[in-house]
Formats: sequence, C-alpha cells, structure tokens
Amino acid sequence: MNNPNKKRLRRTMMFLNAQKPGLLKDPFLYGPDSIMLDLEDAVAENQKDAARFSLYHALRTIDYHGCERVVRINGLDTPYWREDIRCAVAGGCDSIRIPKTESAGDVRLVEEAVAAAEQEFGRPEGSVLIMAAIESARGVMKALEICESSERLFGIALSGGDYTKDLQTHITGTGIELMGARQNLVIAARAAGVQCFDTVYTDLNNMEGLREDVETIHVMGFDGKSIINPRQIRIVHEIFTPSEREIVFAEKVVREIDAKKAMGIGVFTVDGKMIDIAFYDGAKRTIELAKASGVYKGEL
Amino acid sequence: MKNAVGREIPEEILQATGKEVFHGNHYYDGYEYRKDGPVTRCVIHSGGSKLVDNIHDALVKCGIRDGMTLGFHHHFREGDYVVNMVMEEVHRMGIRDITICASSLGKAHDPIVPYIEDGTITSIESSGVRGKIGEAISNGKLKGLAIMRSHGGRVRAIESGETRVDIAFIGTPTCDDYGNCRGIGGKSNCGVLSYAMVDADYADKVVAITDCLVPFPNFPAHISMTKVDYVVVVDEIGDPKKIATGAAKPTTDMRKLMMADYCTQFVVNTPYFRDGFSYQTGVGGASIASTISLAKIMKERNIRMRFGVGGLTKPMCDLLINGQVDCLLDTQDFDLDAVESVKDLRHFRISAGEYADPFNKGAVVNKLDFVILAALEVDVQFNCNVVVGSDGVITGAQGGHPDTAEGAKCTIVIVPLLQGRIPAICTDVTTVTTPGESIDVVITDYGIAINPRRQDLIEAMRNVDLPFRTIEELRDIAYSIAGEPERVQFGERIVGIIEGRDGTIMDVVRQIQPFAFAQTEGQS
Amino acid sequence: MEIRKPAMAGTLESSDCQVTVEEGNGRIDFSLESSVIHQYGNQIRKVVYETLSDLGVENVRIAIVDKGALDCTIRARVEAAVYRSAGQMDDLPWGGAIR
Repeated sequence: MNNPNKKRLRRTMMFLNAQKPGLLKDPFLYGPDSIMLDLEDAVAENQKDAARFSLYHALRTIDYHGCERVVRINGLDTPYWREDIRCAVAGGCDSIRIPKTESAGDVRLVEEAVAAAEQEFGRPEGSVLIMAAIESARGVMKALEICESSERLFGIALSGGDYTKDLQTHITGTGIELMGARQNLVIAARAAGVQCFDTVYTDLNNMEGLREDVETIHVMGFDGKSIINPRQIRIVHEIFTPSEREIVFAEKVVREIDAKKAMGIGVFTVDGKMIDIAFYDGAKRTIELAKASGVYKGEL
Repeated sequence: MKNAVGREIPEEILQATGKEVFHGNHYYDGYEYRKDGPVTRCVIHSGGSKLVDNIHDALVKCGIRDGMTLGFHHHFREGDYVVNMVMEEVHRMGIRDITICASSLGKAHDPIVPYIEDGTITSIESSGVRGKIGEAISNGKLKGLAIMRSHGGRVRAIESGETRVDIAFIGTPTCDDYGNCRGIGGKSNCGVLSYAMVDADYADKVVAITDCLVPFPNFPAHISMTKVDYVVVVDEIGDPKKIATGAAKPTTDMRKLMMADYCTQFVVNTPYFRDGFSYQTGVGGASIASTISLAKIMKERNIRMRFGVGGLTKPMCDLLINGQVDCLLDTQDFDLDAVESVKDLRHFRISAGEYADPFNKGAVVNKLDFVILAALEVDVQFNCNVVVGSDGVITGAQGGHPDTAEGAKCTIVIVPLLQGRIPAICTDVTTVTTPGESIDVVITDYGIAINPRRQDLIEAMRNVDLPFRTIEELRDIAYSIAGEPERVQFGERIVGIIEGRDGTIMDVVRQIQPFAFAQTEGQS
Repeated sequence: MEIRKPAMAGTLESSDCQVTVEEGNGRIDFSLESSVIHQYGNQIRKVVYETLSDLGVENVRIAIVDKGALDCTIRARVEAAVYRSAGQMDDLPWGGAIR
C-alpha cells in the first residue's frame, strides 16, 4: 500500500459542517490545503442522518479543485461511525479522521471498516487514508502506538478542547496547557514517519495571537494546523511557506552537495556555514515545501 | 426598436413617452437646450413669516389639484416620514392622479401603497423603489408608468423641463421661519440636502418641512429662503435611528474580504493610481473593506487622494481625518461619522446636479478616476442590472450607478459570482440599467474580468498576479455550479421604464406573472 | 419505497431547502415554493422526480420550500426525508438508489 497522498502538503485543514450547504459549496476559493467535512461535533444529534446525504452529494458533485477532502466521522462509541465511513468512502472522500483516538486498536477498527467500504463501493484498495485525532491524556501517552498502527495512517492531530478538559485545565491562549501534548505528539509522529497537526485557534478576532501560536508550532516541527475560519488561512500559510532566503540557501545546499559528492568532498561551506550530507534531506524538504506552496520557480 | 444595448423597446412606449431609444453614452454630447424655469411668486412686502400651520394649509396655499407632480428627496432614507405625511394629507383631500417625483423611494414608504391602488398616485418617477411599492408596481397596481432614472438623470429631467415639479416638499433638519434650510442640526440630522437642490431651483412651489425651527437667519443656508414659499413645522420629519446609523463594522466575511483585496490590488496596478487620484465607493462590505486596505497602501507608497466623492461613510471620512485626501465632495451621508464630518472645512456639500447631471456643463463624475460599484447581475456584454430582482420585482435603485460608471476612468463592479443560486454573471441581465460600455472591470470571488473594450487596462495588468478570466468564463463557472438559469416569466404589460442618463430608454420593466412549470410528459 | 409516516429534512437557511414528505394518494404530488422559481423551478422539479424515481417512491406528497439550494442539496434533502420516513439510518444504498 503506497498512497502518494500520505505525504501531501497539509498546512491548513479547515473544519466545515457537513450539514451546511452554504459552507460546502466553494471552500476551495480560500485555498486551504485540506477541508475537513464534519459529521461529528458540528452536527446535532438529530441531524446525523441528514448530514450524511448532504456529505455524500457534496463529495460526489462539487469540484473541490484539488483540496484534500477529509471526513470527520462520529466517535467509535456512537452508533453512527460505521455508516459514516460507508457514506464517506462511497462519496469518494480522500481521508477519514477518527475522533478521540486512544489506541492502535481504534485505528485498526476503522481501517477494517474503510477497507470493507473500499471493496463494497469499488474503490482501489488503500485509496482512502486515515488520520487520528488525539483528544485525551491516554491518547497522548499512546501516541507512538497510534502513529504506527496502520499503513493508511498519514498523521495525527491534537484536539485541544477535549484534551485540556481531560487534563482538568482549559485553553488559556498561552499554549502552556498544551506544551506536553504538543511535544509528545510531534515526537511520536516524527518517530513513526507520519505527519502531525496542531489544534484549532478559536479566538477569531485575535490574529496576532494566532500568528504567535502558529509560529510556535511551526518551530516545534508540526506540519500544519486545523482552522475554523478561512480568515486564518493566510497567516498559517505565510508561516509554513519557506522564505525567499531559506529557499535560496536550500537550493545552494542541494546543488553543492550533489557536486561535491561526485568529487568526494564531505564537508564544505555555503554562505559561510559549515555543511555536510546531514543537511541534504532538510534542504530537499524546504524545496519540496516551496514547490507545494507555489513559491518555488527554480529547476530543482 | 432595438437600442444600443440590444433591448427591444416597443413602439407604443416610444410614442407614449415621446422618448428615443438609448443610442450609446455619448449620443447627446454637445447637445444645446434652454433650461426650464419655475413660476415664481414674488414676496416684496417687508417683515412677515412663511410659516403655515400644517401640511394641509400648505397644500391649499400651493393650489394642490388633481394631476400635479410632487417632488421629494431621500436624504432621510429608511427613516423618512415626509413622503407619507404629505401623501396622507393629499389622499384625505381627495386629490387624484398625482405623480411622485422622488430622488428615491424605499421601504419607509410602504404606507403609500394604498394610495397607488386607489388612484391617488398614478405615476412614479424615482431612482428606484424597494419594498411594497416595488411589489405594487411590478404587480401592475400603478396606473401610469414608473420611470426609473439615475440621480444625474433626475436633475436632467427637471432642468430640461421634461418633468415639471409643481410642489416640492423639502424635509429639512433645521429651518427658520423664512425658509433657510440646513441639512445639519436638529434631531433628524442628515448632513446634506444635495438631492433637494434641483427641486428648490425648479419647482413652482417649494415647501420646507422641519421638526426643528431655529431663529432667522439659519445660515449658511444649504437651500436659500429665496426659493422657499412656505415653512411647515411638524413633530417629527424622520426616525433619526434610520437616517444615519452608526458606522458599519468592517466585514469579517472572507469572501468579501477576498474580493476587496482583489479590488485594491487592481486599483493600485492601474496607471490612474498616482498622487492626486480621485475615488468613489459604495457602502457594501467589500467596498468598505477595499477603502480600508487602499488607505494602507496609499500610506505605504506616500500617495494622496485629491478628492473623494459620493454617498460617504466612515472609511472615506477617515481619509480626511488622517490627511490622506485633500477634500470630500458630499451628496449623501450614510453614517453618523459622515454626518459629523460635514463640519470639516475640506468636506464640501455638492448638489445632485454638480455631482452627476449629464445635461450641464460638466459634472463631478466626469473627473473621477475610480468608482467601485455593486450590481445584482452583470451580463457578458458587461451590462448591469441594479433595479430588478431575480423574482422580476423592482427592488433596487439606479442611484448614481449609471452616472459614476460612465464618468469614471476606471469603473469596477464587485459582485459575488453566485447570489444564493442566482448567477450574478449571466448571458443576459433581466433588465439593463447601466450599459456595458460604462463598465471596465468586474471583480468576483471566482476571478476578475476586464471589459475587452479596455485593452489598455488588460495591458496594464499583464504581469499582475490576480485571477483574471474572461467574462464568459466567469459565466460558465457560475452556470456549471448553479445550472443555466431560465429567464423570469414576465407578463405583457409594461409597468416601468429604465431611463438612460440622457433620457433615452435603456430598457422596460414588465408586470410579473406567477411562475408556471413547463409542460412535460407524465408529470402533473 | 413506501412513505408511511410524515418526515421532514433540511432547513430554511440560504442555499438550503426544506423537504416534507407524507403518504400520497397513489401518485406523486409535488409542490414548490422557491426564491429562484423562475430561474430553476423546472430544474428543481426534474431533480426531485429523478430522486424519487431512483428511490422507487411512487406514492407521496412532497412539499419543498427552497432557499436557493443547488441540485446536490435538493437530492440530499429529498433522500434524507424519504429515509427518515422509512426509519432507516444504516446500510443505505450509497451509489445505488442514492446516486
């Protein structure tokens, strides 16, 4: 199973209520990398059925112009999640997001249902990916096993609201209450070679606060952030897009290493910085990210 | 007969109105005519007062009779009480066949609908109508024709004598007993009286109605005593809360912000964006957001605006406060900040004629670099509709749309591609109100189309990173999402005409009829 | 499918529609109130009849109050109302009767 979409660019994942036609129509206009069509918390208990029809036809009919379409299913402790998966897979979603994941077993349960749905609806095996949202202290402690649980799993995401409740604290805006979880998740994700996404920033009127928050998680190593409003996209993308200087430097590093390798030289300097082969992957990643963000015009 | 925007204007309408079809924007350029003048009754005796007890007495003194034309302005907008109180009295007196010639009519005037139905009012001339009056006209309740004309077009019609106003009622926030009117002060402060100035100059009888009588002289007068016959004091001329509201909060709707951003980027990349440029914009969320982001770039690049025009709002007045514009030319104030700004010595009141009349020796709109407008629909010829709604009912006003669109060097229309399900970019607009030759750019959330007539603008944007598309492409995207719309099913009877600025006929509006499903087999 | 008990789905928000189904008199009785009836009345009727036919519903009174919903939303609301009426929430025929 080798789905190239596992590693795609996911700087922003925008939550959308799968039950609201006005929101489903054209979220791609705002340029998020992924949209997350929500069947869980955004949908009232007595609208769970109606939301599926709305989701199914949105997936089948609307051209999302290359935006990844993730569907957040209802929790595994509800009667809804199996039919949610059938509906989403039949509709043609790209990925399934599992809420409140606490173990590798949770992921495998979903994996089986997804595989069955792929077969039932004639989709290629392995075409639907999975991500796991971690929303509890237990989930955080099990992060590595969750990250390594399935070939289909492309990443994990922190869900800060439920997590802080479980921790018997609350969202403060400073990020202090999230420190441990963020560290743990991003380390586990990197150890397992999957992506890691940060929780939403809920204060829509505080763009400076959002910027600080995103700068923090960017430096921590996260791949992207969940967002709740299109106004947040630009700031996240700005921070996750390599700067002109970073791109130029990365380009030089890649070219120099390629050239020096042929000559048998292992250590040399670029712009006065000591460089060796250990810089190669990072520089390549910067170029790839720049390409995916649409700012790279070079030839590498 | 087909006109220059491809609309078929029936012969019977041309005969009934004595009008020509629209021949293009410049058909009347250089035309010479003698202006009409009012019948004036001299007041030579010394002393005295023009106060009369009530509207009834004023109507009697003015010689009200069947078939007269009454003039009104719309500076009190949705808070206006004047039209209703005058028409109530006219109705009570049993007068019939009145023509209302208003600079605009809105939902505030729903109460006059029964007077349309019973024949008190049989013709309406206005920039447009909303609410129940629009429904009444579109349902064929008005005996005569509704004539929708732009703000500039109204001045032209009155000055040229095409429309003779017998009695003008000028609601004024303050007035003295000799008829000096000011748009500021009192409890119904609206800032300016721009649209009433032509009425004061050309109506045979002029009645000032105020709820704040001040001692003589109420100077400097916005409308002079030399033009006013009578003054009536009433309890309230309007609802201050609906006359000028608090400034609208800047929008947080990302769709509007995105269009505003496209607009600002477009503006700053045109050759007209240079020190000393001029600008007019509307009150929509995207227009206001665009003004705010433009101000930021003006500051960064050290570019000043020479003058701003129009119906004014806080963001435009902020430019004045921040020293980013030399002066404002004001025809209408939409919020309290704009009303307050009128006190600034660089904030000038202008008349509707100075603003937009195509039949004078040059109006302000001709000196505009940019105007930012909205629309209900735009077709692939760039023709705009701002008056008739998707249900076929008259529901909007031309306002200064056709005037500024024609005058400005760069006319930008901002419109979301889909208004609900209705494609805003379409093959044919329901009704043409502003001709495509006046429209240079259409900005939507799905992309920007430049009118092919403007190869210079297309050239200027060659290396600009904005989502440019053709207008046909925008229409096709809209149709691919919403489906191709069928045309509104109208009846035969013509209930209104859309007048071009120069008095020619741009389009006609027909009576609506209930929707009927197409006949298909096997379905009832 | 048989329509046994009345059911409703959808909202009156912009871009949505509210669909009500009840037991019919041996045929399809369709009524429509729409803010875009002139432009899309015929299209909406077509989509509703197609959806009912896909679901095998032949005996129903269906009333729609439309606020500018796209075809995909109209389909979704009609299906939701019909399956609610049938009381079925699971094992739905995605890609079959639900096209």
